[in-house]
Amino acid sequence: MTKESLQIADKKFQSRLFTGTGKFSSSLLMRDALLASESELITVALKRVDVEKDEDDILSHLNHPRINLLPNTSGVRNAKEAIFAANLSREALETNWVKLEIHPDPKYLLPDPIETLKAAEELVNLGFVVMPYIHADPLLCKKLEDVGCQCVMPLGAPIGSNKGLKTIDFLEIIIEQSNVPVIVDAGIGSPSHAAHAMEIGADAVLVNTAIAVSQNPIEMGLAFKMAVEAGRMAYEAKLAPKRNFAEASSPLTQFLNE
Amino acid sequence: MNNFKDLFDQYNWDETLAGILSTTAMDVEHALAKEKPNLDDFKALISPAAKPYLEQMVQRSHHLTKKRFGNTIQMYAPMYLSNECQNICTYCGFSFSNKIPRRTLSDAEILKEVEFLKNKGYDHILLVTGEANRKVGVDYISNAMQLIRKHFSNITIEVQPLDQEEYERLVADGLYAVLVYQETYHKEEYKKHHPKGKKSNFDYRLETPDRLGRAGIHKIGLGALFGLEDWRADSFFTALHLKYLQKNYWQTKYSISFPRLRPHSGGLEPKVEMTDSDLVQLIAAYRIFDEDVELSISTRESEKFRNNIVQMGITSMSAESKTNPGGYAVEKKSLEQFEISDERSTEEITTMLQNQGLEAVWKDWENNWV
Repeated sequence: MTKESLQIADKKFQSRLFTGTGKFSSSLLMRDALLASESELITVALKRVDVEKDEDDILSHLNHPRINLLPNTSGVRNAKEAIFAANLSREALETNWVKLEIHPDPKYLLPDPIETLKAAEELVNLGFVVMPYIHADPLLCKKLEDVGCQCVMPLGAPIGSNKGLKTIDFLEIIIEQSNVPVIVDAGIGSPSHAAHAMEIGADAVLVNTAIAVSQNPIEMGLAFKMAVEAGRMAYEAKLAPKRNFAEASSPLTQFLNE
Repeated sequence: MNNFKDLFDQYNWDETLAGILSTTAMDVEHALAKEKPNLDDFKALISPAAKPYLEQMVQRSHHLTKKRFGNTIQMYAPMYLSNECQNICTYCGFSFSNKIPRRTLSDAEILKEVEFLKNKGYDHILLVTGEANRKVGVDYISNAMQLIRKHFSNITIEVQPLDQEEYERLVADGLYAVLVYQETYHKEEYKKHHPKGKKSNFDYRLETPDRLGRAGIHKIGLGALFGLEDWRADSFFTALHLKYLQKNYWQTKYSISFPRLRPHSGGLEPKVEMTDSDLVQLIAAYRIFDEDVELSISTRESEKFRNNIVQMGITSMSAESKTNPGGYAVEKKSLEQFEISDERSTEEITTMLQNQGLEAVWKDWENNWV
């Protein structure tokens, strides 16, 4: 087990694996896979939820004491729509947590940095716990922290691409500089990617496609849980430093000791 | 101002088709070796030379679709509002020259149809009319949208091409998407099939997606009606249109449909046949060419074909469709635009999907954010 628990706003998390609800072949399988992952924070696209139904299919399958819902604003194109969606979700799902996603580009779902910063500031003022999905842009992360975001969620690679930590150089800068938790979101395609993110000091990762689309989502959920724990444990245990060259057996500075 | 016509006019139909037909196996392998095939590669993928690679193409399409869209199929239902039409289209049951009883749904009738479709579980709806500006112009469509907006999260229309300002008005009313198929990109053949009415203006129709893009629509559906002309050339021009639009209206989503000519009252036999194998090849080619484009299949296709194609790249489908105004609940016997082929109920379709490990998605939009 990992030593330190993760705190975001007023909530403590034992699990550093956050998950999503899209792309599963059934709600039942989604529930079983997410329970196997032991994830405690699970994001749900508000546009997929039918708040007028008494028993929405997705929500009714996530009714579990360990699970906290994290509504996301996927589908909105600007700050104005995002704020509207967040208000709607606060009312419908009774949570002031929101995963802020503004991607006006429906092809690669790339986050709009300008609109995200605008919306984040306003949502913080409205009392939301704001978790912004953004590019791995260290400067933007500092600005989001300045306006009161409780964490930042930079992408590892384009969403759904399963390509891993393509932005690693920037993620390392973000982790080094951040005063709020850094959650690597998007692009994590295998448990080794998740472990890698944890080893470099990410506070958590968010995984959806890699679990939902695997041949066996339940096993994969469990595999990600183990990878995230292993990566975190390695980080806390302080990895042995990497060496770019071997240590010489006849050091050139030997004479200084003679 | 950008306009697809300027790009389109640089191409010649016969040369394009000849280019596709002269593709070699080596071109196909070259295309398949790329992570992001371009338009030339698309030509190779839809060519006769790609037939021996069909299984490989379908496998790749299957995996790409799963990665991007997951194990889901978006469900939608068409709702025909009117069969009034001022156009003569040689292939269509609603054609002006067909002596059929004409019908346009009233508000009360629209709500009756709404109730039927809501009970079936639908939340994404496609409104369809013929082209009759006075009876079913933008005012009629706007009124229909106000009526149904409370009941459906996602509204698409398939009506006559409109002006940019008219689209802007409908977008403000909560319109999500517009389907506008060019029917054929072969200008001369197009004229033969559309001899009368506003639709005879090839260029106005061709420029419709540009007007939609400028009006800020969320999604545009493209396609050609297969059977009028060579499907390969028509599909190349559809793909060219798609790429042009994606570059210029990058905030808009796109979908492609694959209507094949179906029997209707007044009947036109397809000039160029498109086999099941051809359609499978085309769907896989689109997916390999564009991982993100939505691909839709309607009830025009047979039960057997639909059972299989849902694993090959398709992302949305309809079920139990009626192609006559009031066909669900108001007046079940009025004349259809075309005969559907897969007549299974919505429940049967969702069970079929479930048995294949696919979840039917009903709601994936909120129309009151905007």
